[in-house]
Amino acid sequence: MRIFLLAPLLSIAMVGCAANSSDESVQSNSSADTGKQASQQERVRFSDNPYPSTYKPYPSNPTAITGATIYDGEGGRIDNGVVFLSGGKITSVGGPDTPVPADVIVLDGTGKYVTPGIIDVHSHLGNYPSPSVDAVSDGNEITGPVTPDVWAEHGVWPQDPGFSRALSNGGITSLQILPGSANLFGGRSVTLKNVSARTTQAMKFPDAPYGLKMACGENPKRVYGSRRQKPGSRMGNMALNRQTWARAVEYKRRWDKYDEDGGSAPTRNIGMETLKGALEGKIKIHNHCYRADEMALVIDMSKEFGYTISAFHHAVESYKIADLLRDNDICSAVWADWWGFKLEAYDAIPENAALIENAGACAIVHSDDQDQIQRLNQEAAKALADGRRMGLQISDATAIQWITYNAAKALGIEERTGSLKEGKMADVVLWNSNPLSVYARPEKVWVDGALLFDANDPSRRPVSDFELGQPGEGDVK
Amino acid sequence: MKKYLLLSLALFASPVMAQTVAITGGKVVIGDGSAPIENGTVVVRDGKVVAAGANVPVPANTRTIDAQGRWITPGIFAGFSRVGLVEIGAVRQTNDSSGGTSGYNASIDVEPAINPRASAIAVSRSAGVTRAVVAPSTGENIFAGFGAIIDLGQDYDAVTKARAFQFVEFGESGAAEAGGSRSALYTEFRAMLAEAARYARSPGSYDSDILRRSDAKALQDVMSGKVRLVVHVERASDILQLIKLGRQYPRIKWVMAGVSEGWLVADQIAASGIPVIASALNSLPEAFERTAATQSNIGRMQRAGVNVAIGMINDNDAHQLRYSAQYAGNLVALSNVPGATGLSWDEAFAAITSGPARTLGLEASIGSLKPGRVGDVVIWDGDPLELSSAPVAVFVDGVEQSLDNRQARLRDRYRTPEEGALPKAYDR
Repeated sequence: MRIFLLAPLLSIAMVGCAANSSDESVQSNSSADTGKQASQQERVRFSDNPYPSTYKPYPSNPTAITGATIYDGEGGRIDNGVVFLSGGKITSVGGPDTPVPADVIVLDGTGKYVTPGIIDVHSHLGNYPSPSVDAVSDGNEITGPVTPDVWAEHGVWPQDPGFSRALSNGGITSLQILPGSANLFGGRSVTLKNVSARTTQAMKFPDAPYGLKMACGENPKRVYGSRRQKPGSRMGNMALNRQTWARAVEYKRRWDKYDEDGGSAPTRNIGMETLKGALEGKIKIHNHCYRADEMALVIDMSKEFGYTISAFHHAVESYKIADLLRDNDICSAVWADWWGFKLEAYDAIPENAALIENAGACAIVHSDDQDQIQRLNQEAAKALADGRRMGLQISDATAIQWITYNAAKALGIEERTGSLKEGKMADVVLWNSNPLSVYARPEKVWVDGALLFDANDPSRRPVSDFELGQPGEGDVK
Repeated sequence: MKKYLLLSLALFASPVMAQTVAITGGKVVIGDGSAPIENGTVVVRDGKVVAAGANVPVPANTRTIDAQGRWITPGIFAGFSRVGLVEIGAVRQTNDSSGGTSGYNASIDVEPAINPRASAIAVSRSAGVTRAVVAPSTGENIFAGFGAIIDLGQDYDAVTKARAFQFVEFGESGAAEAGGSRSALYTEFRAMLAEAARYARSPGSYDSDILRRSDAKALQDVMSGKVRLVVHVERASDILQLIKLGRQYPRIKWVMAGVSEGWLVADQIAASGIPVIASALNSLPEAFERTAATQSNIGRMQRAGVNVAIGMINDNDAHQLRYSAQYAGNLVALSNVPGATGLSWDEAFAAITSGPARTLGLEASIGSLKPGRVGDVVIWDGDPLELSSAPVAVFVDGVEQSLDNRQARLRDRYRTPEEGALPKAYDR
């Protein structure tokens, strides 16, 4: 419902379109001055949601799982537990005495495990899809280092077969698709429900906040430095970041002034709109950053310009500054054990997630990979095991939180998914054994209560258009 | 070659010499596909396995390690890697994986480029990987050069077998190297072999625009079958073409690597007798040549009688050899997925130990705890394929190894992130 203000030349024509304006800032202003309210209602506005989600949950049957071990996504564990899903929501979760209505599907979960749907906070499914060919490589607008104007959802191909693998092998029910890291300001991300659809809009997680992808370090300076273009160094990275934020602050100030005082509206700038949204806290910052020292600089930069960072992504050196990240309430989305592919990943250690957790900061295990998204549970399990081996006390249920609730929190959707709490979306995975074991696989996956994967039923296995008529169509993958 | 290895060990090597060691009371996995043996013993002497199994007597005056509650297995043999050739992938000064733009191809040899002190060797060793197939990457030709078999011990004597195989790219990569199409690839392959044959007839007068003298010379051992030819191939039709080529060049000892669509033509592969080092978990059509990729690929090939092992072809292959066990475990997991074909636990463990050795004709010396094999032994704190398990001791050629590495040092330094009385730089 956030509404952006419209450039003056277009203003008159757009007034009617924005008649349902309920912009929060307008409302707060208007309460101070009703006379001003009248003039503000003459302001012309753009929808801030021009490509809205058309996602609709699929039909669901009331279903109870009994006798299972439940990891609730918020660090809780229930043995011999019951989860009851109805109306697309989690209706009840509890121990063996939890009441289950008589006329519902009851699945015996004895020996099995239930978790919230797994959430990958960092994916390029759809914008770096399979097959990996230039024709569909749409994740980096590599024509300039500052492209907050591009939106990942405009480059997501919903027929990427990777979505179905993430569902059936990995139990992924929500995921954030980010622009790549070639650019300092890579563009807007989009959060999707992992439900196969004809259009990207039909996958969009309803009302999920947008994200803004930023990138530190080697990638921007390599890509542009090699073209003798700024940034060619980490100094250049920061300089261009700061110059851009300074422009964004000025852009926001001009619009705030227009909103307050009226007059001639500033020129609309699509990229600056995104940065303005980030400065207002409406768009979450997801900052690709490997090194501890660079993360610390970015934290200072966020204070310099007045925005907050939701998560550092990759963050292979978060363990070196876990206290700083805790104190600034910034999540770290990390791999379990990737390392060594470039110099800024040289100091990665497999205890990273566990050390972040141990310091009281927010740890997330992410994939950034079309293969590892199919076993994010295993990546969390390895990170847990490495932490325990060094003596850290971390529960199994906490490791599941790294790939569920904490990811939802970084995305701003934790009120609606990411844990098995009553009233939340029924995004649920039934695992055939402990998901922290290498031998476990999803048996059933529900999204908003709809059974969209069933290992026992080949007709509940999505097959993308790309795979129809190809060798291996509809195979177990 | 093995004599040379022992000699060099004696001359240069290790701070700790191979001794006689008996590891007792553990769950022993031989690695040949047989079932684990409860309460077993493994005896290693002079760098070689002497005996492994139940009721194995412990020789007198032998260092004995109690492995009760633990697993005792051969070290993992990474079936395809670039370990030791790369410190940091994107730092070109540290990346020796390919012949690059040198103009040389088949004569490239990874042996002198192997760095036993590459960080990934210590990291992999601490995860129970003791041997690896190390392949070059292609430069500007379909032939990449000679690969080696190495151990991951902490001494400088890493190379078990130099010039163990020649590596060549077929399929999409090979087509790109050959000028842009599969047609060009097959033409180039045949032309290069023809030139190599011409060289064999009259080396003295050999001169060629197609194949340098050194590369022609390098191909001699490939054509005679003395050195295996490992071919990266993925698409079913390419696999069949390769089998056909195999019949046309019967002296060449072919090995296929990658083979994501192998299950489509598994019977033909089995009939050809060509061994396969396959990617374990490819499930996506990441390339058009892998449209039919499925994690059931290895299981289906194994059921069809293909001689198949696990390798990491172009998959974190310089740094993440520790994924071998996880990949094998995933193939076991498939056994519980309706419609999927996985491996039994015993088969899966063999696929990362004796399996790669068998595909390269090295099973008599590497990859299992049968008597006479290299003394690469790992003691694990649990099921070695399980994510929560890790080695507690690793032996290479009978020598107990350090499990320390850069990552462990960083971990220990930053156990608590805050600085103490002195900066972190003083904390070690």
